[in-house]
Amino acid sequence: MFVSYKWLSQYVDIADQTPEELAEKITRAGIEVEGVEMPASEMKGIVVGYVQSREQHPNADKLSKCLVDVGEEEPVQIICGAKNVDAGQFVAVARTGAVLPGNFKIKRAKLRGEESNGMICSLSELGIESRLNPKEYAEGIFNFPNDVTPGEDALAALNRDDAILELSLTPNRSDALSMIGVAYEVAAILGRDVKLPEPKPAEADEKASDAVRIQINAPEDNPLYIARVVKNVKIGPSPLWMQTLLMNAGIRPHNNVVDITNYVLMEYGQPLHAFDLNRVETGEVVVRHAEEGETFTTLDDVERTLSADQLVITNGQKPIALAGVMGGANSEVTEQTVNVLIESAYFNGQTVRAASKAHGLRSEASARFEKGVDPARVQAACDRAAELMAELAEGTVLSGSVVAGEYAPEPKQVSITLDRLNMRLGTSLTMENVEEIFSRLKFEAETNGDTITVTVPTRRADITIPEDLTEEVARLYGYDHIPLTLPEGEALPGALSPYQLGRRTVRRYLEGAGFNQAVTYSLTSQKRAAQFALEVREPVALAMPMSEERAYLRESLLPHLIEAAAYNNARQMGSVALYETGSVYLNEGENVQPKEEERLAGIVTGLWQEHLWQGEKTAVDFFAVKGVIEGIADRLGLTDRLSFQKAAPEGFHPGRTAAVLLDEQPVGVIGQLHPSLAKEADIKEAYLFELKLDVLLNTDRSALAYTPIPRFPSISRDIALVVDRATEAASLEAVIKEAGGALLTNVHVFDVYEGERMEAGKKSVAFALTYMNPEKTLTDEEVTAVHEKVLTALKEKANADLRA
Amino acid sequence: MEEQLKVLQEEAIKKAAAAQDLKELNDVRVAYLGKKGPVTEVLKGMGKLSAEERPKMGALVNVVREAITKAIESKQASLESEAIQKQLAEESVDVTLPGRPVKLGGHHPLTRITEEIEDLFIGMGYTVAEGPEVEQDYYNFEALNLPKGHPARDMQDTFYITPELLMRTHTSPVQVRTMLQHEGKGPVKIICPGKVYRRDSDDATHSHQFNQIEGLVVGENIRMSDLKGTLDVFVKKMFGADRQIRLRPSFFPFTEPSVEVDVSCMCGGKGCSICKGTGWIEVLGAGMVHPNVLEMAGFDSNVYSGFAFGMGQERIAMLKYGIDDIRHFYTNDLRFLKQFSVHE
Repeated sequence: MFVSYKWLSQYVDIADQTPEELAEKITRAGIEVEGVEMPASEMKGIVVGYVQSREQHPNADKLSKCLVDVGEEEPVQIICGAKNVDAGQFVAVARTGAVLPGNFKIKRAKLRGEESNGMICSLSELGIESRLNPKEYAEGIFNFPNDVTPGEDALAALNRDDAILELSLTPNRSDALSMIGVAYEVAAILGRDVKLPEPKPAEADEKASDAVRIQINAPEDNPLYIARVVKNVKIGPSPLWMQTLLMNAGIRPHNNVVDITNYVLMEYGQPLHAFDLNRVETGEVVVRHAEEGETFTTLDDVERTLSADQLVITNGQKPIALAGVMGGANSEVTEQTVNVLIESAYFNGQTVRAASKAHGLRSEASARFEKGVDPARVQAACDRAAELMAELAEGTVLSGSVVAGEYAPEPKQVSITLDRLNMRLGTSLTMENVEEIFSRLKFEAETNGDTITVTVPTRRADITIPEDLTEEVARLYGYDHIPLTLPEGEALPGALSPYQLGRRTVRRYLEGAGFNQAVTYSLTSQKRAAQFALEVREPVALAMPMSEERAYLRESLLPHLIEAAAYNNARQMGSVALYETGSVYLNEGENVQPKEEERLAGIVTGLWQEHLWQGEKTAVDFFAVKGVIEGIADRLGLTDRLSFQKAAPEGFHPGRTAAVLLDEQPVGVIGQLHPSLAKEADIKEAYLFELKLDVLLNTDRSALAYTPIPRFPSISRDIALVVDRATEAASLEAVIKEAGGALLTNVHVFDVYEGERMEAGKKSVAFALTYMNPEKTLTDEEVTAVHEKVLTALKEKANADLRA
Repeated sequence: MEEQLKVLQEEAIKKAAAAQDLKELNDVRVAYLGKKGPVTEVLKGMGKLSAEERPKMGALVNVVREAITKAIESKQASLESEAIQKQLAEESVDVTLPGRPVKLGGHHPLTRITEEIEDLFIGMGYTVAEGPEVEQDYYNFEALNLPKGHPARDMQDTFYITPELLMRTHTSPVQVRTMLQHEGKGPVKIICPGKVYRRDSDDATHSHQFNQIEGLVVGENIRMSDLKGTLDVFVKKMFGADRQIRLRPSFFPFTEPSVEVDVSCMCGGKGCSICKGTGWIEVLGAGMVHPNVLEMAGFDSNVYSGFAFGMGQERIAMLKYGIDDIRHFYTNDLRFLKQFSVHE
């Protein structure tokens, strides 16, 4: 909402406030002023000129040589390039030495051999956006009406010396979508009166009700429709003051009748529509719901297909306007219009909103209806427009208004006690303080003991409950005056939940292990949505995505991590280790919230270890990443419960991938990105993992308990076994553990050999076994006895021989 | 014999001194003091001496032995020391060469900000509540005083999945869910961090996915001044003890009164590009919980009141670290991420 300082000053005394001061006060009281524009401040030296003569420039087809009276003894010669310049026009002249917006300085110049002492300006050269210029001047220079004098300040005549406050309104403050509304706000801030217009159009004898009949067939969506009829109007431009104030308010002037409806819209916040009464044809206005599929051409010349929930104004036969949104081409006011029907109505906000959304048509009118207009202003605005049409378009206002329906809601009464008000704010205001604030707001307030009852004017539909009164008091009292306190009452222990702590533990562990945390998008493409998913489902799709790339909810974190790794690879960062914790979304059926599972995923590519000057380099491999996962299990106390099982899910290298199991249940995957996918993504050999973090963190974990440090020495035995190449180390280890019993405290692989020194199809796996008895020192004989059992079991169960 | 011993002593001491290394020195020891050495020979020959001369001679032999032993030991110490010096000299390294790196990663800056805020409020007695990112329209809007068709829904462009299901546009539904769990009994003191989504085109200042952290306190007699005091503590911890807050009236459907909270700019009010010359930076939205929201969540709004506030981690991180483009947070460029592993 653009508020002209000059226009505003018609309704409230702001002479002692600079525009900046006023803007700051309005902002601090609750309506943000986003900017204050003072167009004249970046211009100087612009006067009204009268073009005495125009002739063709001798050396240039497209230029005119003009003699312009600028209020001095001698006219000046100015070369002008505008097509529409002509003798007899009053124009805006930037004199030699003038400055135009953008610090554009006007100098004396010779143009194709002819001297030019200034420039004749268009409105956009004077800082008015061309979309706001009256159509006839949008492509050329501007012509003043004849009521100006050469030499006078052109910027003042064009109201360019105004200040324009740009208000950013929150949806609740639709009351400030009008000059009068803003005036009430400013009056409350400054503690002043509001001067309202008192429209009393002079009426002819002829009755409006004889000229037009109104019928409402959809009273729930249109409870009130008021019309006035103005006959014999002379269509022409509206006066300069009105055109310039409208442009300052961001509205393009058209002609006097249309400008008046827009002027009153801005003044009262009540949208009006002017119909050409003769073009309405029937002398009848019927408001009804549209028929499904009915078509209608709005005044922007677009044919619209209507639906049954939309409200139309008809002439009893066909639509002539889409109620509250836009008028029809078939009944709009034109140069030829003689008789005008002014519509001032109350339309249901939701109905207008839906129609405006459905047709992608947002207008000044629809924006106001959507938020609810003040029913108390419907009549006044209609009267005001009629008055102005009589005054500025020489029209004859017929007697009376034609009113259909009735909508005069009683002003709401809202009560609050002083105690509750102070309790909510933490203040110690007196009743006098509060009464004074309501009086500034022009709210009637009645005090009864501790209770104050406020009668809220209909213009402030946002105020309905005691808390709304609290806010009015707080914002006008000033938030700066509210003290700083902390909540009282019982102290609560603040803490992270065990789950949240676990998540932090895992993150810190991974960062200590060299991974940087990544955050990627949850929305992805259809192709990626289910890629690498631990549990593939039909991906959840957005109803109206912004792009194909962000149209589905992810089922795995890996696709975007691969993308991040590729991004880094492409920028000379060959070694990448990234992890992410985040949700995946699993479809549970139409209209059911998807199951969200928190996952932990990572990608590693390039070098795992590098130590440049010593020449040590280790490329990342399966076991580097597996070690990281084992470390997580270790941190979470799950080492003995986690296992790995060869697997070949889609997207992974079939020989270098494992399912990760917790208590034999799958909780994730770890493996090499399939080389063909790596090539497709343009990254090097990469290893991935994705784990069900929620399962790992939610599983019951035994409480930490101390085991005494062994007092007796242990005995180690190493064995090298020859087995089939396909035999997995884990199966051998299982056999060793089972046979070793309680005395075997540790077993681990320390060497694997597959090569030419081995028989074909065989490999050697060497284990180190540690035996210990926590109760006493083991003897060699005891160890040998157990060890023999282990070797026998290995032979019998795993066909493993001791390597010679 | 006396003469002979003296000569032996001088000779041995000379040879010991001349020894080049421990082996040569040992040869000297064996040559003069060994079982077959001349000194031993002299001792063996003592049997021929008279009873009077024997002790005299014995004492002399011991003196000679000791002198030789001492000379050898001294030489040995000096040789050993030389050897160590030599070894140390050979082992010396260029201490200015880089160390063997310990590979370290770090938090994403958004996590860093989130954890910092979480920890700050945990210290004030808050717990951390989380909830689903795909929400029901009811929890995201209706229970927050935003019925269907409410104009304020336009403030947040929403990614819908179905008419009843959407990507949450704020973390406020977590507040609703937490309040419902409390079954009308206070106090509630939570902060809710998490990802939220808006139907926006991504550019330097807009992201369709971003993070929010919201706070909620519900209790008997919670006041607007408590909100102001709490945010004052937060801002001073987060941005610096010299920072001030300023409340400006605003509008959110779920709070009444509603305010925007500005933090004084680090330029100290002089005006700079960050605060666009105003001296203040908008950081939070806040307000007193709307009675409709309390009632819908099962709290008696005549007994209970509450405050809520919310902010965006991206915005805070951008302000705190001077990051100029919100897309950096989601590109995962290592040159960006690695800058945030330093512990302040």
